[in-house]
Amino acid sequence: MTTQTPVLQLEGIVKTFPGVRALDGVSLAILPGEVHALMGENGAGKSTLMKVLGGIHQPDEGRIIVGKEPVAMSGPLDAKAKGIVFIHQELSLAEELSVAENIYLGELPEKRFGLVDWNELYARTNRILEKLKVGFDARTRVGDLSIANQQMVEIARALTVDAKAVIFDEPTASLTDAEKVVLFDVIADLQSHGVGIIYISHRMEEIFRITDRISVLRDGEYRGTLVTAETDEEEVTQLMIGRSLDLSRNAVHHELGEVALEVRNLSCHGLFEDVSFAVRSGEVLGFYGLVGAGRTEIAETLFGLREPSAGTIHLNGEKVRIHSPADAIARGISLVPEDRKAQGLVLGMNCRDNMTLPQVDDLKAGPFVAEGSEIAIFDQYRDKLDIRTPGWKQAVGNLSGGNQQKIVIGKWLAMRPSVLIVDEPTRGIDVGSKSEIHNLIRDLAAHGYAVIVISSEMPEVLHVSDRIVAMYSGRVMQTFTSEEVTEDSLIQAISGLTPGQAHQTDTTQLSEGKDIQ
Amino acid sequence: MATLTKKDIGGFLARQGILLAFALFMIGFTLANGRFLDPDNVMGVIRSSAILGVMALGVTFVVISGNLDLSVGSMMSFSTIVVLDLHDKLGPALAIPAMFAMTLALGAFIGFLVGYLRLNSLIVTLGMLSAIHGLTLTWSGGKNMDIADKAGTWFDVFGRGEVLGIPVPILMFLLLAVTLGTALAKTPFGRKIYAVGGNGTAATFSGIPRARVVFSCYLVSAFCVATAGLLQASRSMGSQNTVGQGLELEVLAAVILGGASLMGGSGTIFKTVIGVLILGFIQNGLLLVGLPFYVQYVVTWVIIILAVWLDIAAKRGRLWSPIA
Amino acid sequence: MTPGKLSTYLKNGAIWGFILLELIFFTVAGQFLSLSENAFMDAGNMLLLFKQSAPIGIIAMGMTIVMVNGNIDLSVGATYALSAVVLLDAMTWPVFGGLGDWVIPVACLLAVLTGTVLGAINGLIVWKTGVDAFIVTLGAMLGYRGLVFMYNGEQPTSHLNWTLVDFAEAQFLGLHTATWVLLLVTAAIWFLMNKTVHGRNAHAIGDNREAAVNAGIRVGPHMMINFMIIGALAALSAVVFYAETGSVNPNDGELYELWVITAVVLGGTKLSGGAGSIISTFGGVLAIQLLRKGLAHIGADTSTVNLVIGLILIAVLLLDRQLNVKGKEALKI
Repeated sequence: MTTQTPVLQLEGIVKTFPGVRALDGVSLAILPGEVHALMGENGAGKSTLMKVLGGIHQPDEGRIIVGKEPVAMSGPLDAKAKGIVFIHQELSLAEELSVAENIYLGELPEKRFGLVDWNELYARTNRILEKLKVGFDARTRVGDLSIANQQMVEIARALTVDAKAVIFDEPTASLTDAEKVVLFDVIADLQSHGVGIIYISHRMEEIFRITDRISVLRDGEYRGTLVTAETDEEEVTQLMIGRSLDLSRNAVHHELGEVALEVRNLSCHGLFEDVSFAVRSGEVLGFYGLVGAGRTEIAETLFGLREPSAGTIHLNGEKVRIHSPADAIARGISLVPEDRKAQGLVLGMNCRDNMTLPQVDDLKAGPFVAEGSEIAIFDQYRDKLDIRTPGWKQAVGNLSGGNQQKIVIGKWLAMRPSVLIVDEPTRGIDVGSKSEIHNLIRDLAAHGYAVIVISSEMPEVLHVSDRIVAMYSGRVMQTFTSEEVTEDSLIQAISGLTPGQAHQTDTTQLSEGKDIQ
Repeated sequence: MATLTKKDIGGFLARQGILLAFALFMIGFTLANGRFLDPDNVMGVIRSSAILGVMALGVTFVVISGNLDLSVGSMMSFSTIVVLDLHDKLGPALAIPAMFAMTLALGAFIGFLVGYLRLNSLIVTLGMLSAIHGLTLTWSGGKNMDIADKAGTWFDVFGRGEVLGIPVPILMFLLLAVTLGTALAKTPFGRKIYAVGGNGTAATFSGIPRARVVFSCYLVSAFCVATAGLLQASRSMGSQNTVGQGLELEVLAAVILGGASLMGGSGTIFKTVIGVLILGFIQNGLLLVGLPFYVQYVVTWVIIILAVWLDIAAKRGRLWSPIA
Repeated sequence: MTPGKLSTYLKNGAIWGFILLELIFFTVAGQFLSLSENAFMDAGNMLLLFKQSAPIGIIAMGMTIVMVNGNIDLSVGATYALSAVVLLDAMTWPVFGGLGDWVIPVACLLAVLTGTVLGAINGLIVWKTGVDAFIVTLGAMLGYRGLVFMYNGEQPTSHLNWTLVDFAEAQFLGLHTATWVLLLVTAAIWFLMNKTVHGRNAHAIGDNREAAVNAGIRVGPHMMINFMIIGALAALSAVVFYAETGSVNPNDGELYELWVITAVVLGGTKLSGGAGSIISTFGGVLAIQLLRKGLAHIGADTSTVNLVIGLILIAVLLLDRQLNVKGKEALKI
């Protein structure tokens, strides 16, 4: 295998953004006909690397070599022309157009006078669709397809060119098992034609099923390549997480208070079902699971952004109904949302105003906003959270990701909540800020806050949590204490492999809650 | 002292460009015609801008909240006709509050559709433009409305009166501008409007009742329209039922000229007032130098596009759009 | 059936159902309320309906493609007026003195050229400055109106060419010239939008601009072409209308943009772009004209027409919202 010329090589790629070294000398070689897994935690640099490959970012150092020639990528189109095709997790389809038009977007076959050659278009499309064995027609409107079928349209795009390498980014996130089989057949077919494949996924089972080699990134650095047949999940995990696990495990324990929040048999219209848990003041309860497991939806329900279809919420022993964020805030629940730019901040607004937004009605001097109190609050949390900004007048959009996140956290701490929910506390921020935020979360618990942390990063969950709720497909699979949890058991639980134990844990939890009342 | 880079200058031009342009126009017109800066002339300009200005104040609220209001012109015709009609039937003391109540009801209806039902504000207010026009025509029976006994009423005080030598329309415009400007800049309500317009989702996630905020903005707009209708009716003491036709777009032009973004979340009352005055002074200046009134249309066109273009050019850091 | 499909289905058929409803209502109500002897569905009346739909209808076809493309054009009324002025005035220019009746096609061509250039200016500004089409064309609406006034002051521009009037009043296979133009334009724009690469790319841009850009579609030129088309059609609409009347006031065409947008939205074109049907726009145009005529037939005045059309526009939005309403699991944002 080593004697073959790689179809695609990345050599010593370095990419820095203000304040972050996103990629630090990453190299990767993809051989013809191999499926090459690219693994790493969120923020490890996978997506930045792919953006460099796709020409969306230009590397500061290093080269991209396609076949034998070093190339410069000017954008996704250029990459496609050079035989590098991306299949994104986020769909970029025109919903009102037909399947065929989407597959050949920008490249519609043309007759004279600028007319679309529909016969040619449908013939070409049908050839591709046959290969994919999909159940829909070239003329179907894309908006009428299921998400999984839309994903297949996205994949079909890759087959329109003579691809040298195809990059699949979490392609199975929305596919059923049957659809996955079709996808894997497609990949095998590409493979047999000598196409190199980069397969990005968090799902170990798939990785071990279809890939030939596995390369691992951590904190923007290349950590090594393993031959799939000669390794196991543990070795890969070790490489991905890197640090010694004992160190990262939360070992600090302090006196827990009363149960602050208890949720009993909560369901929300198929997004999650029959979820029960309790969190005490002074405790950090971690929620771990794959994207789409229902964790964020639970947080949104607790914060009054979704109506539950069944179950009850109890705050400090009292049954409550929460219909709006205002209700939740009034009852002492705060939510640091998942997407800080879309949900957490008004980017055009200054730092101070963002920070005091939830309580602006309470900060009044006469009919006016008491700007003095606002500045005092801002100063307090700027110092406490070490937010680096030239001043409160700065628009939040101008700050770095880490500082933006701290503004959101500060905004909710300033509400002095009894329950603080933090969804993906460190997504997309640099390593230094990460540990600061982790320490802060531990510190909050020590000061008697009940904290719920939702995260897709295992070390983070292990590091900050006193107990961990593992979720799979809208259900609580198992609840671990920090003493008993192992990565293996956690990974198994969030892959849906231990359904038997889930029920048992739930009941323990519930009776615990009842005892306290 | 820090050296001025090209970027600094560009940024300054983009941020303060509208004031600079205003200053340039003023200087130009003054040089062209000495009477331009006469106190009488200046007062006259402000006075004739007052009605448009009052409406622009309300529309500023709506635009900052991230919506549009194209119905203000037709709503202003409605207010004018209604108050004139009721004046003769109920007397001015009852006619004015009745007219305000009815106009506010229309605003509440729009606010309900846009705020609570989340319908597209452009189409809703377009529909209301037509519907309210119909309402006005029905009310007036298609005829012009006139106050019968023009000498025997105190109703003309709003449009023609003076206090301490200052015309009442100017006073009302200033009073409303200061009140609404303060409300927008200094109160929790104002802060919430910016939040809702800047990022409605984030506002919701901060516990701000987005629907109620948008609803309130349309109420403010309707209140301003009612005031404008009152000024118009009181000044002319009689009116056609199309008196406000087309004003919605002039008002919007003034608001945009003041730098409010149609995307919502930015703009101030002060800048809107500047936008109104620019339109007013250009109109007046062009007339004074002997040009017909319609030249201002062309000038306004150029100014609006330049103002918005410079604004986004500064934000994206390059003059030309990156669109291929 | 999913809500999305029902909504699509209704959108495609709704406008014709609505037209049918109007016909039935006005026919029946006309029996009791109408002052005229004629039945509402009288053939002559219906032919007239088509003819009267032409000025708004022709522009609405252009608006559909501009809105499908994700833009809007508020300057069509002013473009219409300026083109009309050029049409009528050009026939009196001494340069063309020797042409005789050949001045007619020349003047028509000049008028359409005027509209195209005005559209191109809008398109170029939208493309090159990145300013939103709403603002650009709002400005142009004032600016172009200013040009109309500058051309001839506040005086109407008049010129009656009897050959042209005869042509405009002619009927071919029972349909008036204006009706033929409307039908031809509808067919042409339908063809453009559904059969050509330009039309399909325009859909893609309005539907998902980022995806279109990533796929290498050049957004700017497509937008500019569409603005030129709507400009040309506004001018063509003026040619059709003023050929017959022969006199244009500088305020003519005011509020046309509102009527046109109403017709297009009634026809189900998505405001956010990407989807719209020329045939349904045609339905929207007929529905509005039918409403005007029908209400007049049963003795209602303009005020009722305005009221009803405004409320129907809002009702359409409401209906659309009800059909697209998300399930109970949706996030309350």
